Amino acid sequence: MQDIKTYMTPCSVGEAVKAMAAGGVTAFCGGTDLSPQVESGARQYTATLMNIRRIEGMGGIAEQGDSIRIGALTTVTEIRRDPLIAKVAPILAEAAEHFASDQIRNAASVGGNICNASPAGDMINPLLVLDAEVELARWQDGAVATRRVAMADFFLAPRKTVKRDDELLTAIVFKRPAADFVGYFRKSGPRPALEISTVSVGIGGRMSNGVFRDVRVAMGSVAPTPLRARNVEAALEGKPLNADTIRAAVAATSADAKPIDDVRASAWYREHLVKVFTEEVLNHVLGN
Amino acid sequence: MSLETEIKFTLNGRPVAVRVPATMKTLTMLREVLGLTGTKYACGEGECGACTVKVDGKTLNSCLMHAVDCDGRELVTIEGLKTPEGMNPMQQAFVDHGAVQCGFCMPGMIMQADYLVGENPRLTREEAQRGLEGNLCRCTGYTKVLDAVASVAEKKCCGRL
Ligand SMILES: Cc1cc2nc3c(=O)[nH]c(=O)nc-3n(C[C@H](O)[C@H](O)[C@H](O)COP(=O)(O)OP(=O)(O)OC[C@H]3O[C@@H](n4cnc5c(N)ncnc54)[C@H](O)[C@@H]3O)c2cc1C
Ligand code: FES
Ligand code: FES
Repeated sequence: MQDIKTYMTPCSVGEAVKAMAAGGVTAFCGGTDLSPQVESGARQYTATLMNIRRIEGMGGIAEQGDSIRIGALTTVTEIRRDPLIAKVAPILAEAAEHFASDQIRNAASVGGNICNASPAGDMINPLLVLDAEVELARWQDGAVATRRVAMADFFLAPRKTVKRDDELLTAIVFKRPAADFVGYFRKSGPRPALEISTVSVGIGGRMSNGVFRDVRVAMGSVAPTPLRARNVEAALEGKPLNADTIRAAVAATSADAKPIDDVRASAWYREHLVKVFTEEVLNHVLGN
Repeated sequence: MSLETEIKFTLNGRPVAVRVPATMKTLTMLREVLGLTGTKYACGEGECGACTVKVDGKTLNSCLMHAVDCDGRELVTIEGLKTPEGMNPMQQAFVDHGAVQCGFCMPGMIMQADYLVGENPRLTREEAQRGLEGNLCRCTGYTKVLDAVASVAEKKCCGRL
């Protein structure tokens, strides 16, 4: 194991990204992904260990104009209990409800869930449905520079994202969904609690006069990254939501979901589950 | 040898200062550096809840938490639940309901149960069950555990605690 030379607890984004610019930094918040990964040997500490939890301005959930901003340090428990989220984005609260256990939710940060970039990340799915963007900060020309990346473009491969090693994820931002927006999330694992998703499906869009618009469909654990299911979206967009449309959307899942066999489930079973969940979630939208 | 850092925090109401390696987990610090062996090591990966402690009022798995992250915070372990009069009501309820078998999961189970009724005095049996999803008992005595938790919630609710 590599020796840790420095341990730091920056108080500001500037202090953190300045240190990250020098390289060799392992950042952590809750440590619920990092600790088991280091323990199992899947990952190693680098020269600098950085605790980002005390950085000011990186927590909390707030409305900013027509957007909602969630600080990267916000815990899954905070999301689960937040009245604003419950009101404007219940799909995110729903995913928080089915996330791990109380003890993990109390420690786990939403930023950590996204940066860990697992295809099974449960905060990622509803944030894709909400068309969220992540805000990334780094040190450039003697100052903090930030950029925004759409979540749909963020993930490259398991544990790989477009985030550079010297970038800190500071916040997640999404437009306040319209009043007629409906969205649901469904995940499954072999047991109801503490289970990494075998498959997850999130669907959201605007429902008015029986027609489904601005449809966004996200799937987890069916490909190397969490993904937007563009074929299913196309099957639904602008159509009246009825039994025929739902059948077409279910059929389209095979064009988007390319699951693999692994210890948790077979590819066949995942393909089947995606179909069942897609149908279930759409029937839920229809019934609403 | 990995870098050591000095941290200060409140442990069961008392201030402590201790030097810990940056990679050490809170559970190891409690058991091996501070000699508080009530908090148990079982899975070491967040699955079982045997290592549950309270940090700034919220329970979490101490096997996943870096000890250095305790700096400036407030920790309560099973040793800290005891009151001057004796056992805390949740501990007493576990005894009264015969909820303890081998006992290994109990410190974590009691910490989490105590947290749940603290957060929600009107806790229902179903909510208790959901709230204890992160606590595994290899002796599988969940029914009496839920009886114990429900009895404390009931007393709290009608002001008898
Ligand atoms: C028992 C158990 C059950 C779990 N169940 C679930 C589940 O049901 N669903 C689920 O989705 N996940 C689950 N997880 C995984 C994990 O809890 C989550 O992914 C969690 O959100 C990670 O957050 P953290 O703050 O603990 O991340 P950390 O472990 O602190 O960090 C994770 C990674 O992200 C990087 N990082 C963290 N924050 C930032 C930032 N702001 N900027 C840049 N890099 C950053 C770190 O360097 C590290 O590589 C589970 C884990 C365990 C141990
Ligand atoms: S020992 Fe920490 S959760 Fe099992
Ligand atoms: S009482 Fe034996 S593990 Fe729970």
